[in-house]
Formats: sequence, C-alpha cells, structure tokens
Amino acid sequence: MGVRSRPYGLAAMAEIELRHIEKSYGETAVVKGVSLSIRDGEFLTLVGPSGCGKSTLLRIIAGLEEQDDGEVMVDGRCVNDKRPKERDVAMVFQSYALYPHLNVFDNLALPLRTRRLSFAQRLPFVGRALPGRGGIEKTIRAEVEQAASMLDIAHLLHRKPGQLSGGQRQRVALGRAMVRHPAVFLMDEPLSNLDAKLRVQMRAEIIALHRRLGVTFVYVTHDQAEAMTMSDRVAVMTAGELLQVGQPEQLYRDPQDLRVAEMIGSPKINVVSCDHWISLGASLPPGVDGNTTHLAFRPEAVGIAAPGDRRLNGVVASVENLGADIFLNVALADGCGTVVVRTHPDGSRSEPGRPVGLQIDPACLLQFDSAGMRQRQAEQVGAAG
Amino acid sequence: MIARFPGRRFAGRVARHAILILTAAFALLPFVWMVSLSLKPPEEIFQADFHLWPTAFHGVENYRVALTAAPMFRFLLNGLLVCTAIFALQLLVCIPCAYALAKLRFRGRDTLFSAVLVGLLLPPQALAIPHFVMLNVFGLLDTYAALILPWAISTFGIFLLRQFFRSIPDEIIRAARLDGLGEFEIIWRIMIPMTAPALTAFGIFSVVAHWNDLFWPLIAVRREEISTPALGILLFRDDEAGQFFGPLMAGAVIIVAPLLVAFLIAQRRFIDGLAVTTMR
Ligand SMILES: Nc1ncnc2c1ncn2[C@@H]1O[C@H](COP(=O)(O)OP(=O)(O)OP(=O)(O)O)[C@@H](O)[C@H]1O
Ligand SMILES: [Mg+2]
Repeated sequence: MGVRSRPYGLAAMAEIELRHIEKSYGETAVVKGVSLSIRDGEFLTLVGPSGCGKSTLLRIIAGLEEQDDGEVMVDGRCVNDKRPKERDVAMVFQSYALYPHLNVFDNLALPLRTRRLSFAQRLPFVGRALPGRGGIEKTIRAEVEQAASMLDIAHLLHRKPGQLSGGQRQRVALGRAMVRHPAVFLMDEPLSNLDAKLRVQMRAEIIALHRRLGVTFVYVTHDQAEAMTMSDRVAVMTAGELLQVGQPEQLYRDPQDLRVAEMIGSPKINVVSCDHWISLGASLPPGVDGNTTHLAFRPEAVGIAAPGDRRLNGVVASVENLGADIFLNVALADGCGTVVVRTHPDGSRSEPGRPVGLQIDPACLLQFDSAGMRQRQAEQVGAAG
Repeated sequence: MIARFPGRRFAGRVARHAILILTAAFALLPFVWMVSLSLKPPEEIFQADFHLWPTAFHGVENYRVALTAAPMFRFLLNGLLVCTAIFALQLLVCIPCAYALAKLRFRGRDTLFSAVLVGLLLPPQALAIPHFVMLNVFGLLDTYAALILPWAISTFGIFLLRQFFRSIPDEIIRAARLDGLGEFEIIWRIMIPMTAPALTAFGIFSVVAHWNDLFWPLIAVRREEISTPALGILLFRDDEAGQFFGPLMAGAVIIVAPLLVAFLIAQRRFIDGLAVTTMR
C-alpha cells in the first residue's frame, strides 16, 4: 500500500497496538485479554454481536475508560496514563452526542477552541476580551467552514442539532471529529440510526473520507455486511474475546473458528454435525478425522443433484429468488436442520417439496472440532487424498 | 376533521377552562383579599358587610405608613441580598456535588447519595437549634451570615440536579472529554446550559422559600437593619389591634410584588429552556 498521502491537514502517524486488554464491570468480564495491532492509515472494523464489548474496547483506546489490565500503545509508546484529550483520537458516537444547546458551527468549533485558546481566553465572559482571541477565532472559523463544506453541511452551520435530520446530524458528528485532524478516528456504529438507503450512501461517504484523510480508522459495527464492504481488515469479537483478525476475503474463506464462519457471510454458512451426517446415511467426506465434530460449507459450495445413496439428501423447503441468485432452503431428513444452496437463475428450477441430493465441493468443506476450532491438518489431508 | 364534533369540542374546552379558572380563583382569593384590605380604612376592615373595593379609599395612607413606619426598602434590599447569596452558594455547592453523584464513578458514591436522601428527610426546623448553637459559637448570630450560611447546602438541590444531570447521556460527556473539556468546563459549558430549566425551577423554589421564610430569621436575627421582609413586616403587628391591619397588608403587597415580577420573568426562561432540551 505504501505511504498514503494526507492532503487534508497534517495528521500524525498512528499505529495502535493493544496488548492483553482486560476490562470488567463488577463481576462480569467485558473484554477478555484482547491483543490487536492496527496499522497506520488502516481501516479496521470491529464486528461482533450486541453486547460483546466493542464499544468498551473503543472507549479504552480513546482513554474514556480505564482498562483493568494491559497496555494501549500508540506508535510504540504506552498511552495508558494519557487522558483522552492528549491521545490525538476523535470519536463518532452511536448516538452522535452533539451538544444540543450549541449550533452546528459551535459544535464543530468546540474541539478547536479548547485546544487553541489558552485557559484565560476560554474563561466565560472575560475570555472574549483578551488579546489574541480574535485572530484564533478567525482561523477556527475558516477551518470549520472548510470541514463543513467537505461534508456538505456548510448551509446548516447556524442550526441547532434538534433542527437537523438524522443524516445531517451524522455528518455534523463526523465533522466534529475531523475538524481537528486527529491521527485516529474511532467510530462506534455511526450508521446504526439511519435508514437502509441512507446507510448505504453514508457507507460510501465514509470510505471516501478515509481515502481522503488517509488516517487510521477503527470502525465498530454489528453488521457484517458493513464490515465486509468497508474495511481493509476485520476483527471479529464475541463475548469479549477477539476470535480472528484478517482481510474480509480471508475471514470468509478461511475462518479459524466456527463462530467467525457463522458471523461472516449472508446467507449464513451451513453447518452439519458429523453425527447428523452419519445418521442421514451419507458417507463422511475423505479426510475427516476423529476430532472433527462439525462440517461447514458456504451456500455457493453446494450444488443440487439427484438424490443419491452416499450423499446428503433433503427436500426443498422454500425458494428465495433475489434476481441474480436463487437460494434454496433444503430441509434435511429427520429434523437435522436446513441447508441453504445458491443456484443460478438459468439452472434447472426447483419447486418446494421436491426431493434433492446435495453435491458438496470437498475443497470448500471446513472442519471444526467440538470447541469450534478449525481442523486444518485434517482438511489438508482430505484435500490431498 | 376539525368541524366534525364542533359542539363537543367546544363544550370540552369550556369545561376545561372553567375548572382552570375555578382553581386559579381559589388560589388567588387570599391574594385579592390582601390587596383589597390594603386599600381600606381601619373601620371598614372589620365591618360585617364585605366590599371588594373599599367604600372609603384609604390606600394612599396605608401605603405611606407601610413605606415610612418601617424601613421597607431596607427590608427588601436585605431580602434581595440574603436570597441571592443563598441561591448563589447553593448553586456553587449543589452543581458540582450533583455532577459527581450523577456522572463520575468513585468509591462510596452510592453511600454518599443515601446520605443526601437522609438529609432530604430531615425537616429544616429540626436543625434550627444545632445551627443556632453553632452560629453562637462562631459569634455570627444577628448578622447576615446567620441568615445565609445555614442554607448554603441544599440537599433538595443536590437531589433535584442529580436527577436532571443523570438524564444527560453519557456519550455527550464522553464527547466533551474527547473534545478537551475538563470536568469543570463540562459542568459550565454542557451540564448547566442543558439543564437550565431545572436550575430555574430550583431557583424559584429556593428564592420563594427564603424570601418568605419567617421561622429562621425570627430565631437568628434581632436587629431591624438586617431584617428580611417577612420579619420586618412583623413590626406592623400591634397588640392594640386593628389599627395597623391596613398598613400590614400594604406591606405584604409590597414584599410579594418583587417575587411576582421575578417569577413572571423566570417563567419565560423556564419555557424557553424546556424548548431547548426536548431533543433526543
Ligand atoms: N458502565 C457499565 N457498567 C456495567 N456494565 C456495563 C457498562 N458499560 C457496558 N457494560 C456491559 O458491558 C458489556 C459490553 O458493552 P458494550 O457497550 O461494549 O457492548 P457493544 O459490543 O458495544 O454492544 P452494542 O453493539 O449493543 O453497542 C455489555 O454487556 C454491557 O451490559
Ligand atoms: Mg456499542
């Protein structure tokens, strides 16, 4: 990737490294030994189900919450005892957290004022009259206007947040974060309050913003589609643990953990336990060893075939036609679950109720043990044999 | 839609207003009576037949006596000074306390808050004697300080403001910390403007209570020069009965008037403030 240019302002480098971060509230452990390194200029997404500790981790990076154990390093220096203000990070909050009593201009100007004006100049009433304040205010105004025009909110500067639409508030929140050129952007589900259409549009705008600013983005979401489409790398969390970090394709094709496989990809990956496999009378694929308890395969790794002796058989339960693809839900016999199969619209058509056999590409079969860990050794043997 | 049930809507509105007017009249009646008495000559006050408007207008005399017989302006000034000082001190103590109790995490916070609740349960009269003894020890009896200091810490204020501060989302405070505001600046720039209606409400409670308070000034103060209006008005009381009712009522009107004006002004702000904070 090389060094990215940073045309908008001059932000510092920021490589973030988390080392064994632990955090609990009372008795409940919320973050359990998370280690993660985030490269300078990278767009990294933290994805995981609700309540898994994503926001908590983000707040620990920002310094808003103190971890019980572990270190937060920025550019190789430990920032544990630095206050949020000194960490050069900006955050966009889930609820936007705009100041309702200030207009958009003052919302954007506040972070600049607190940094540039001296203590005396910031004092209520007297500060306004002190020398030097006028000049600083002028440059602040110019910068706020520049950021506002970048985000297309220049015409809203005199409004209060209460008079803005959800999408406009979202932009103001972004503006307040970028106006001071932080080295790191932290975003906590910034799109979760928007409707579906606006969400897709803002997704594109945030990606464009990341390109333009070239600084490190840490983005939190529980929407795997957002994570897959926006990020350089994705970190998957559940219940306070980091399961896997990698590029979106890598997580999709090569998950290390059953929970990652299940979380990434839509429709969900198919999982059939070995017991079911055997009880249904199908022969296990070659190379499945004794540790493997679950076999998983993506909808596109399955084909429809005639029902046969040594394969999984089932009955088409429902058909979802999305235009470009058709997904068949195939119910396995004896209540052993359903399998989603992706078929092409120009292939043979299937009606609900039709018995079918499933033809699974053995190279795309993922094996997991009883703890949900990937069984790689066994797969390689299987693929070779 | 609008014209669909015109009769019913109209009747409903009349009923609603009738109830409101009746309640308002009930609340206003003593006040009207007070104004009426303040305009009457002594003979008429105890007459059996009642006229709202005096048959012989005696208002000028009554108000002249009220303003000259006792240093009324002095009392009003004292009241202003004492109430302002009390409210200022209360804010100075309550706001940081309420902020800490609502938004900071520290050991013993819940215990401290329980202590505040206990304080809320104590009637102020129960503390009169300890306060009196303490002021005596410090030699502060019969001074402005004796009128002000016992009220400087208001548990009611701490409680009320804490509840309002809690309703401000944590994320706004986190955003402010990231934007570089210190805790006191957060209070000044975020919490106070966002809870202006609560502060106004507290201000009304506090000022009304201490402007009208008679119990404590009666205990703490003797000198006429530092009397508050409620205490000062007692000077009109005369055991020879009747003679001074007119001036007494005139005095009462004079000391209530500033409160009314202040309340009407505050009410404006109160409603403006409500409009600001009703966004999510
Ligand atoms: N101040 C707190 N006190 C006690 N428990 C808390 C506190 N803040 C968060 N938690 C708990 O910590 C866990 C993780 O919270 P967190 O906000 O990090 O989740 P999240 O992954 O961001 O979820 P979501 O996607 O819903 O925002 C939750 O179970 C939550 O109940
Ligand atoms: Mg969250």
